Parts: sequence; C-alpha cells; structure tokens
Amino acid sequence: MTLIVSDLCVDHGAIRAINRVSFRVEQGQLAAVIGANGAGKTTLLRSLSGLGHAASGHATWHDHNLLHAKPEKLVRYGVSHVCEGKSVIPELTVEENLNLGALWRKDAKEAKATRENILETFPRLGERLSQLADTLSGGERQMLAIGRALMSKPQLLLLDEPSLGLAPLVIAQIFQNIRELTDEMGLTVVLVEQNAMSALEIADIGIVLNLGRVAATNSAQQLIADPQVRAAYLGY
Amino acid sequence: MFQLLNTILIGITSGAIYSLMAIALVLVWRSTRVVNFAQAGQALLSTYIGFEVIQRFDSYWIALIVAIVAGAAVGALIDVLFMRFLFSRNTQGPIAGVAPIIATLGLLGLIRGGIGIFLGNTEASIRPPVSNVGFTISGHTLAFSPLKFLIVGAVIFLMLALSLIFQRTNIGLALRASAYAPEIARLAGVRVDGIRTLGWALAGAAGAAAGMLQTPNGDGGLSPDSLDFSLLLVFGFIAAVIGGLESLIGAVVGGLLLGLVLAFVLTYVSGSLVFIIAFMVLILVLLLRPSGLIGAKRGRRA
Ligand SMILES: Nc1ncnc2c1ncn2[C@@H]1O[C@H](COP(=O)(O)OP(=O)(O)OP(=O)(O)O)[C@@H](O)[C@H]1O
Ligand SMILES: [Mg+2]
Repeated sequence: MTLIVSDLCVDHGAIRAINRVSFRVEQGQLAAVIGANGAGKTTLLRSLSGLGHAASGHATWHDHNLLHAKPEKLVRYGVSHVCEGKSVIPELTVEENLNLGALWRKDAKEAKATRENILETFPRLGERLSQLADTLSGGERQMLAIGRALMSKPQLLLLDEPSLGLAPLVIAQIFQNIRELTDEMGLTVVLVEQNAMSALEIADIGIVLNLGRVAATNSAQQLIADPQVRAAYLGY
Repeated sequence: MFQLLNTILIGITSGAIYSLMAIALVLVWRSTRVVNFAQAGQALLSTYIGFEVIQRFDSYWIALIVAIVAGAAVGALIDVLFMRFLFSRNTQGPIAGVAPIIATLGLLGLIRGGIGIFLGNTEASIRPPVSNVGFTISGHTLAFSPLKFLIVGAVIFLMLALSLIFQRTNIGLALRASAYAPEIARLAGVRVDGIRTLGWALAGAAGAAAGMLQTPNGDGGLSPDSLDFSLLLVFGFIAAVIGGLESLIGAVVGGLLLGLVLAFVLTYVSGSLVFIIAFMVLILVLLLRPSGLIGAKRGRRA
C-alpha cells in the first residue's frame, strides 16, 4: 500500500495553492511535509482527506482514489486526518471524542482494544475520560485529536501541525509518540510541520513545499544534511 | 389558596406544550444553525393529518402516532428537498447566514397557504381523547384534568426519551458532534447530511406532538391561519431562547418558566398583558443572561 500523489493542483479561487505536486510515501513510512507559512501544506492535506477539492491531478492510497471522495467515505478506507489547530470537539467529553472516531466501526470489541492501546500511549487521557475536552491543556488536546484519529483504525494518518502552540518538551513527547505509533501500528503517516527540524528527525522522508510546489524531496537524513535546505528551512 | 394552585397547574400544562415546541426549535438549531420558523406550519400540517386520521379511524391515539410519524417525515423532507439544496447553493456572502432562516419564513407561508387551499373549507376540530374536566378535591375543581395529566406526562416522556437518545446512544453522539463541529464529525466518519436530516425529523416529530396535544386542550378547533399555532411558535421560540437555544433541558426549563409566568399574569394581572409580558421576559433574559438561563458552562477556551 502506497500513497501516490501526482501532478496535484489545488486552487483557492484565483490562487493556485498547490501546483503540480508529486510524491510517494511507501507503507510504514513517516513523511514530513515542511515549508513556510502559506506554502500550501494544509491545502495539500485537506485535498487528501476529502475536505478540499483538487483542480487536477491524481492521488491514490492503495486502490482508492482520494480525490473527489467524501471524508466520511475515506475514513472507511483507512484515511484519518487531524486538522490544523487541535482537532477535538470542546463540548464533548474526552471519552465521547474518542468514541466518535470509532462510531462507524462495526467491531465493538476491537474498537475497545484500540481504545486501551491509545490510553496506554496517552495515559493523561485515561485520567480525564469524563472531563469536557474544553478543559484540557493544549498538549492534552493534541493527544486527544490524535487519539480520536487512531480510533478510526487508520492505515494512512494525516497530521497537520501537531506541534502548534505547544511547549518544546511537549512537542518532543508528541513527536516521539507519533514515531512509536507509526512503527507499532504499521501506519503510513504524512506529518505537516512548521517545526521542520523536529519533524525531519523522526521522519523517513521529507518533502519541502515552497509556494505550492515541491522544492525538494529526499530521505529525511539527506534533507537535514542538505546545505540549501538547512539555510532556507532549518534556520542554520 | 386554590387559585394559586390552579395557576401553577395551568402554567405547568401550557409550559409543557411550549417546551415541546422549544425542543423542536432547539433540535433544528443545533443540527443546522437555522431558526426554523416553518416549525409552526409543520406542526399545523401534522395536526391536520392527525385530524384526517381521526375522521377515518375514530381514534385519537392512532392519530397521535400517525401525526408524529408524519411530522418526522415532513421535517426530513424539508431538509432533503429544500434546506440541503439551499445550503449547497448558498455558501458565501453576507446573505449566507440569514437566507436559510428567511427561507423557513417563506416555507411557513407556503405550508399555511397550502393548507388553506386544500383543507381551508373543512370544519376541523379535535376532541379531547380523555376528559378535560378538572379533578375535584373537597368541592374545589382543580385546573388539572386527565387530559392535562396526559399532556404533562407525554412531554416528560418525550423529553426523557430524547435526552437518552442524545446522551447515551451512538446516534446521539453523532447528532451532537455534527452540530458542534461538522468537519471533525465527517473526518470521524459520521455521515453528517443524513444525521442532519434525522435532526429535522426528530424536530418535526416533537412539533407534531405539540400540535396534537395543544389542540384538544384549547377549544379543539383547527384552521389554516390558527392563532394558537402562531402563539405556539412565538412562545416556543421565547422558551428556547430563555433556555439558551442549545440544550433540551434548557428548552423545558424555559417552557415551564414561561408557562408559569404567563399563567400568573393571566390570573392575577390581566389577560391582555400576556403577550407583552412574554416578550418582556424574552428581552430581560437576553439582557441579563444573553446565553440563556441554562447557557453553556464554559471552561477554558484557549
Ligand atoms: N479558504 C481559503 N481561501 C482562499 N485562500 C486560501 C484559503 N486557504 C488557504 N488559502 C491560501 O492558500 C495558500 C496556502 O495556504 P495553506 O493554509 O495551505 O498554507 P500552510 O502551508 O498550511 O500555511 P501554515 O503553515 O501557515 O498553516 C495561502 O496563500 C493561503 O492564503
Ligand atoms: Mg497550515
């Protein structure tokens, strides 16, 4: 199972936010998509999860066409998306937010096992199950958002800036969680990040977006070593 | 003493009916962010359907069930045929927020006009299924009859049933999630369009129940331009706003409160002030507690 994106174009009105973007992510790989503000990272993810509409191009996961499909259908094919900004519903409890991700699943027993796993990874959620998500800290919310996505039994996980607004220690923790989950659950992950260095450190491959185009794509180590990438995106 | 007791009883009964209408309005508001003025028309249409069933089968109970099912169907149809189309056509611009609400006003006129054309000439009325003569205690007649007992019981039952559905079932979770955050709900696999239609159907059912319970409690008469149904909409709306528009419990509290206040005004002040007082209550609540009496308790927002 491979994520293949080819010649993808996405418009916002007159702006071409994603311009002929192509890349592939093999099963089990963690791909970091980095780039400055407005590079088109969010637009890219939204078009892969069914929230956004592509103008042209192709994107497939396994045998499924990701373009022109509804998100509620794609999630049944194993595509889970955590939006930018903590993607939780503040009016619902932590438990309800988690259960929401598994609503469509018919396998109640397995879903329960998934939940146990998630609570093992994020014990702080387990201590707060009956609390409103509104009362969580930023880091806990991000854990809940990822937990909700995992409840949907994903194979392809799309994460939009999980580090947004978090303290460095919490970021390190969440990134480590993401790497471990990728390996344990055999996930394929597309991780969109401003925090380029931390993202590349846990990633297998990196994709650098600039003004809607792919500026560079390579293994994560090689991108970290690339002087041009360092100067432009890693800040040293 | 008995006058006080009777006033409270009258307030509770009429308040229970307002609550039902308020619940209907809250259900649609929560699932689509639309204040559904057509609800009065839907309730009227459902009650007319109930009346037709009574004509054929001579049973209020069958009619009540048929009217509730028909109310649900009408609500669902309005969403599928009308609101969905409107929302897909109208996504941007300053008009986007109000257009659907104005549209429900249009729909209200349409439904009432349609009933007027097709059923306007029939003399329609619904007799109470059980006695509406008050219970007597040591010579005094209470303003509480088997019919009023039925009304209050039915409203409590419907409220508990709806609360259970919302709080305890998967469907309820999907309904709430779609209302609060449709995008996240969709990403979690909820078929939001269908869930919204379900919200409209539940609301239509609650409105139909309100219509079927209210009519025999009044003079029993039904007409296309029924003032009773207009008042039901207005009082239901005020009750919903008092309750914060978001919660079913709030709708019930708002309805009972409004019913009690109006009953006291009617008994102790003057019948001609009821309307003014109702709006004064609305304005007072909006001024003092804009998020309603049961306004959402909010924790941290950051
Ligand atoms: N809904 C929209 N309407 C119009 N333009 C948009 C919309 N969303 C994004 N854009 C534009 O598309 C471009 C890419 O935006 P996008 O949100 O994808 O960037 P990003 O890489 O995620 O940025 P950030 O790191 O700040 O989140 C930007 O120029 C932005 O202004
Ligand atoms: Mg973004």
